[in-house]
Amino acid sequence: MSRTGAVRPGEPVAIAPDVHWVGALDPDLRQFDIILRTANGTSYNAYAVRGSDGVAVIDTVKAEFADAFFARLWSVCRPDEIRAIVLNHLEPDHTGALPQLLAAAPQATVYLSYPALKMLKGLVKDGLDETRIVPVDEDTRIDLGGRTLRFIHTPYLHWPDTQCTWVEEEGLLFSGDVFGCHFCDTRLFNDRVGDFRFSFDYYYQHIMRPFREHVLTALDLIEPLAIRLIAPAHGPILRDAPASYVRRYRQLAAPLLANEAGEREKTLLVFYISAYGNTARMAEAVRDGAEGVEGVRVSLYDIAGGDPGPFVDLIEEADGLVFGSPTINGDAVKPVWDLLSSLTLVKVKGKFGAAFGSYGWSGEAVNMVEDRLRGLKMRVPRPGVKVKLIPTEEELASCAALGRELAEHLVGRAAPRYVDFTAPSALTA
Amino acid sequence: MPKAQVTFEDIGVTVTVPAGTRLIEVSEQIGAGLTYGCREGECGTCMMKIVSGAENLANPSVLEDKVLKENYAGVKNRLACQAQVLGGVVVVRPG
Repeated sequence: MSRTGAVRPGEPVAIAPDVHWVGALDPDLRQFDIILRTANGTSYNAYAVRGSDGVAVIDTVKAEFADAFFARLWSVCRPDEIRAIVLNHLEPDHTGALPQLLAAAPQATVYLSYPALKMLKGLVKDGLDETRIVPVDEDTRIDLGGRTLRFIHTPYLHWPDTQCTWVEEEGLLFSGDVFGCHFCDTRLFNDRVGDFRFSFDYYYQHIMRPFREHVLTALDLIEPLAIRLIAPAHGPILRDAPASYVRRYRQLAAPLLANEAGEREKTLLVFYISAYGNTARMAEAVRDGAEGVEGVRVSLYDIAGGDPGPFVDLIEEADGLVFGSPTINGDAVKPVWDLLSSLTLVKVKGKFGAAFGSYGWSGEAVNMVEDRLRGLKMRVPRPGVKVKLIPTEEELASCAALGRELAEHLVGRAAPRYVDFTAPSALTA
Repeated sequence: MPKAQVTFEDIGVTVTVPAGTRLIEVSEQIGAGLTYGCREGECGTCMMKIVSGAENLANPSVLEDKVLKENYAGVKNRLACQAQVLGGVVVVRPG
């Protein structure tokens, strides 16, 4: 590094004795993976760990940055010294230089998680020598000679394959995307770079938040470690107060909204939008039906009066969701889709859901919304209610029944249902 | 027609199906919480827990066994896109 602390092209950076950053900087990037913006570019962090018996390379870089990666790597080791290539996460921004590395170091063994195995076959399609690939788990130890690599199973942070690598002797955690962020600063270390707190939190909210339960499980494994330095796969290397970033993850993974419902109460949110008041009347009937079920707190929201962001925060904490949309030109309306498409930011898998709506001609919206809820991996135990134009009292009673039955599912009091798929009319029943 | 019964415990629905039915053919139609990814026995997304009646399912194929192992499956786990119910009563839930 120069006197000002900036990384120089082609030069590796020591992060611990015989441990080097050999990654690449991408300061011009403004949009990552379509879903993320960055005002500071990003870095693709890769590392080389030397023991007395050889070198381990931890992750690689995005393909177009391979030259920068190899320039740094070959300045800290020879290709024939590489014993281990550890892949904490197989997304292409970390494995782009892998095919070249495999070719340059044919003696090296690749260590990855079991779920990563299939992904690797998708990434290195030609000539992958499977005898070089070894799946690891928490019992695996790789002794590099005075340096022992261990693996921490942290699936879904943020892919099924993700893991962290722990170097016991040095207290180094190579954390993959966990504790990372898109923030490119040539000064590299958290005590030298600019203020990246926003980028750190933003990265968590967009990448890790949908996997909050997995984050909490991973933190249980990571918090007991005596960490001296966290080396993530993006953004600043966290050598100053690394535990504070672990604590920040614990804070970020806590529920955003204090649940005002009692612990034994379930929450059901009814969202609707209405052109002529018909879907609104149905929404009120759904709410009234659900409110009759003890132990369920029901809330009604007109989507036209709010933004997706706060609604998403509410939805993250809720147990059941009902969406009401009119059908216009054969589709659910855009504000409903805007809200539903925002739900990839949070975990809704396993929540109970239902749909309803008024229509004039054909009424496709209800089925389309139900399909979306199933696509979000929600449970949709009752068929929705479609009403042509103005709901009758009988049709409003059907809405109330939908609300009541969904609420009963929330509290585990739904009546068992029996369906016979061997009967001729089964699929329309 | 030989029949079987499958109960999807998470939504309290019991379905009578023709013997030989794969669970994927039923669970989505009734809104159960089993979720699918590739639908071809490769990704492991649809891993479910057999609460009872595992003996009434066809044995897992070599492919399913491999995917279950890769996904750290327990002895009661199967893939809903692969598991075929042969008869009797099977109770399943997501997980």
